[in-house]
Amino acid sequence: MSAFPHRHLLGIEPLAPADIQMVLDTADGLKEVLDRPIKKVPVLRGKTVVNLFYEASTRTRSSFEIAQKVLSADSLSISTATSSVQKGETLLDTAKNLEAMNPDMIVIRHASSGAPHFLARHCRSAIVNAGDGAHEHPTQALLDALTLRQRKGRLKGLRVAIVGDLLHSRVARSNLWLLSKMGASVVLCAPPTLVPPGIERLAPVTWRIEEAVEGADAIMVLRIQRERMTGGYLPSPREFFNLFGLTEERVRRAKKDVLILHPGPMNRGVEIASEVADGPYSVILDQVTNGVAVRMAVLYLLLGGSAGGTS
Amino acid sequence: MTPRVLLKGGRVVDPSRKVDARLDLMMAEGVVEEVGPRLAARGATVIDVKDLVVCPGFIDIHTHLREPGREDKETIATGTRAAAAGGFTAVCAMPNTEPVNDQAGITRAILERARVEGVVRVYPIGAITRGSAGEELAEYGDLKEAGCVAVSDDGRPVASARVMRRALEYARAFGLVVIDHCEEPTLGAGATMNEGPVSTLLGLRGAPAVGEAVVVERDIQLAELTQGRVHIAHLSAAASLEAVRRGKARGVSVTAEVTPHHLFLTDQAVKDTEYDTSTKMNPPLRAEADRRALLEGLKDGTIDCIATDHAPHTVDDKKVEFDQAAFGVVGLETAVALGLDRLVATELIDLPRLVALFSTNPARVLGLPGGSLAPGSPADVTVLDLKRKRQVDPARFESKGRSTPFAGWILRGGPVMTIVAGKVMWRER
Repeated sequence: MSAFPHRHLLGIEPLAPADIQMVLDTADGLKEVLDRPIKKVPVLRGKTVVNLFYEASTRTRSSFEIAQKVLSADSLSISTATSSVQKGETLLDTAKNLEAMNPDMIVIRHASSGAPHFLARHCRSAIVNAGDGAHEHPTQALLDALTLRQRKGRLKGLRVAIVGDLLHSRVARSNLWLLSKMGASVVLCAPPTLVPPGIERLAPVTWRIEEAVEGADAIMVLRIQRERMTGGYLPSPREFFNLFGLTEERVRRAKKDVLILHPGPMNRGVEIASEVADGPYSVILDQVTNGVAVRMAVLYLLLGGSAGGTS
Repeated sequence: MTPRVLLKGGRVVDPSRKVDARLDLMMAEGVVEEVGPRLAARGATVIDVKDLVVCPGFIDIHTHLREPGREDKETIATGTRAAAAGGFTAVCAMPNTEPVNDQAGITRAILERARVEGVVRVYPIGAITRGSAGEELAEYGDLKEAGCVAVSDDGRPVASARVMRRALEYARAFGLVVIDHCEEPTLGAGATMNEGPVSTLLGLRGAPAVGEAVVVERDIQLAELTQGRVHIAHLSAAASLEAVRRGKARGVSVTAEVTPHHLFLTDQAVKDTEYDTSTKMNPPLRAEADRRALLEGLKDGTIDCIATDHAPHTVDDKKVEFDQAAFGVVGLETAVALGLDRLVATELIDLPRLVALFSTNPARVLGLPGGSLAPGSPADVTVLDLKRKRQVDPARFESKGRSTPFAGWILRGGPVMTIVAGKVMWRER
């Protein structure tokens, strides 16, 4: 098996389709460990990983932590609320200090786009981007892809609608890269104030959700943050739901076996109706389970394993 | 008494008199005495400048010296040394110091410091408004009397059209040019780069180019209304250039400068360098179409000057996350070499045009002495070598600031000697 040809995972954009394939295949291989009575394999024994979270996170952080434990890595999570960051320490100093303890990997979530690249430039450890500003959230896109592939058997040729706050969404950017690279056809949908300039060069954009979901194999719903409602982007949550919310009626325009994905946390009644979120086509909880598998794969491949998983 | 100095055998390029010929230049008592073929030494110190180009001293119309107040970033001593090492014989110092240069006393303190520690001439620029707060006019009469050569609230754009109108009107009484950093304050709020496809991919908040162009247009209309003189600082957008071109065509008193980074780089540099903060400045690096328009403006004369917007910062201000980093990069020690390598060697413009952009025009725009080698002019001379090759190495800068997007570039041609008032103030070793 060949080795993963990247030292860091900073985004989906720099990855080749074969790299993405390798992560997904490895995740499929490792997933079985999670069903064992004793969920632990020694493949990363002796490796140290630091989880450095500058933004609140439930799913991503716990999923990285579980992945690390299952693979027997020693890990340590630092959230900025309880660290020296509160005392004014810079990202560079924090990273340099952590590095003096010789971790093999730093997983970082940060509100500044490019913060993982900054760490990669100044640290020796492997860097994994767990979400940076509005830039990328690569492991989210990988777990979404794993979920789609499990249910549909393929990515190539799927029609996927990405709906919601495209302007501020790192999930949208990573998914757009990944799905395009893997041969899926993506349609983007948001009100004009939440469409970032130039994104139409990467995928068609529509302001009508009915058009976006028409014949879709999957619909990815993006979280719309409360503060966007007051930032002059939108008149009200009510109007957003009326025009762009994913309702059962709208879902009926998609294929019968459509899958509904959401990266969480959800605003029920704003971007997604509860009946849809909890409905039969929702794979939102599968996404969470796959999140652990994908993060196991990323840890494994970057910390020196080879593709194909363990046996 | 200053000894007489004879520059012998150089190619003299003086756009102010349309001279481009192999001539000698004699300087005495701080002024140009004579320019002509085969001048006799008559006891003067002779400097052989064969194979070199002799130009009227280059003037940077847009420099941040940071003193008083931010001597950790730059001082008048280090900033003027950087200027000399970059081929500049004079710099115009922007007033966004701490405190802001909005009073004659501060202007005089800057000039006194420049007299003692300065290596090149320093022309202070006063503030448009008190504290550059954009509300009440500063005392232009006092500022001019103390030595200010223009007024500007650079870095703090004048948001109010009413205040700008009054500034343009009032400045007329003193023959002062109003230099504006044109930026509509709400469109680019919180932005860290140009808005466009690249900011979308990087997930950074962008400022649209029209945020500059609408204020350029406003200022030109106001200059027309008031018969005032406006100079557009660091023009970066194609639409702004078009506004200047139209304004000039109908006779409005408007001039404009561009920086080397806007001429030679685009917002793609932010992506190519993976968020390197040496690509962060305000106005931001724009799109390729803007860059091409600026080059066109250089050729057709819409652009009057190349200015550095030399904005030194400490390492701590720049070695942080991209959106946390200070805006601005240094430019004094790279601008001239970039112009020679990327504009003249590529034949986008000819050498006399480049000299005009760096010397004759800045002097004309602000009414400064210099910009000419006519007898009686200040003996401020920039000597260029069109052939020497150098790699840009920030570690060797005289400036305290080290952040430049041009680090590592290999440039052919550059300054080799800087003469101020007949004295050699810098010579390449």
